[in-house]
Amino acid sequence: MALALNNLRFEFVLRLADNCLILSQRLGEWCGHGPELEEDMALTNIALDLNGQAQNWLEYAAQLEGQQRSPDMLAFLRDAGDFRNCLLLEQPNQDFAWTMARQFYFDTWHHLMLTALLDSADQRIREISEKSLKEARYHLRHSSGWLIRLGDGTDESNRRIQKAIDDLWCYTGELFTPDSVDGAMWAERIGPDLSQIRSDWLVGVQTVLDEATLQLPPSASMHTGGKRGIHTEGLGYLLAEMQFLQRAYPQAQW
Amino acid sequence: MVADMQTSLPSTAEIWTWLDAVSDPEIPVLSVVDLGIVRSVRWVEAEPEADLTATPPSSPSSDSTLVVTITPTYSGCPATAVIKAEIIRAMQQRGVNRVRLETQLSPAWTTDWMSERGKMRLLEYGIAPPEAQGHGCTAPVGALKLGLAPVLHSFSDGGSEARTMGIPCPRCGSADTRLVSRFGSTPCKAFYICNSCLEPFDHFKCH
Repeated sequence: MALALNNLRFEFVLRLADNCLILSQRLGEWCGHGPELEEDMALTNIALDLNGQAQNWLEYAAQLEGQQRSPDMLAFLRDAGDFRNCLLLEQPNQDFAWTMARQFYFDTWHHLMLTALLDSADQRIREISEKSLKEARYHLRHSSGWLIRLGDGTDESNRRIQKAIDDLWCYTGELFTPDSVDGAMWAERIGPDLSQIRSDWLVGVQTVLDEATLQLPPSASMHTGGKRGIHTEGLGYLLAEMQFLQRAYPQAQW
Repeated sequence: MVADMQTSLPSTAEIWTWLDAVSDPEIPVLSVVDLGIVRSVRWVEAEPEADLTATPPSSPSSDSTLVVTITPTYSGCPATAVIKAEIIRAMQQRGVNRVRLETQLSPAWTTDWMSERGKMRLLEYGIAPPEAQGHGCTAPVGALKLGLAPVLHSFSDGGSEARTMGIPCPRCGSADTRLVSRFGSTPCKAFYICNSCLEPFDHFKCH
């Protein structure tokens, strides 16, 4: 029983790690391509924060797993089916509005999730969350600000951000759909009650969309699978780039 | 100095003065002590595997390991790895070969831990120092449940955050400045422009 719980905890922490790691990699793809210099730096700075957070989570995941896999091995030597991030985070970049919509959905969730995890029964999870939350709050202010600027901007910026908000909507449900891992973590008070996160998330999203003169998308059927390793096509390409060096030169050290 | 090591360990007070000579690689006017990332310094008894590069024990004192605990500034700050290496190097230069660095995440680092001297040095260097917590930059957890109140204030009028937060220009002292980008040349800085003297400047973000 204790072993089973430990495995569930490993899965739970791995999801937190992979969400940060995969989004970080997507944001890193913007390096040198930002719409303006300041935004190029913003996107890569956020990528850096998320990469650092992923590292903290992966260190803990590696320890929980107890199989002598290092954090780097977890990042660079797992294949797509072993990644546990939500589908939202792996979606390939399109335009800047699209990138900000993905970021805004995630930041709002991330911020609420980390806040809830400050009360986790697991001390290490509390500590990493406390550290990450300060950064996540700053990210949310940034992406919310862009939602408002683009939504309440020109006809063209409004059209693009509304389309992005609509197109990405079907990937948001997975963030709140509890499975056996989430259920067990909530029962142990290690993880949060996702239904509460969902209702708070909707309030937050609605508040910013209203300010941005944007419409909340109509309800739709949601894509899920990422949390149990069933991913969309984009993840394989992302990993091919992210893991190339370790695959081509095994055990190469920085 | 090294000869003294044979008989007695340097005091932790002395270690702190040595640490105060280790610079932040990205903002060299600040020491790691000014930055407020050194949480504690202590000696622990023999730890055989503490540091594989250490020279074999040749005297009683070299059985002890110096443990320096630091708190990272931002989770992904690449300077952290350099700082750790610099601390180890600085200690070894003074004859302390067994050094172990521990990372402590909680309580999370805050710019309130930066020394007053550090803030003065930043200002002289041309970087606006962080303002104290409670100035509006980082509300306590719970006070802004969704973190949205400042967003709505800051952006609905095109980003007057700099004015409302009163970040003074480090060059001319004017409080009439504006935020250009929340993200600057390093994770810890934001980018501003002074409306009075028109000079751009970095602001060490309140965190």
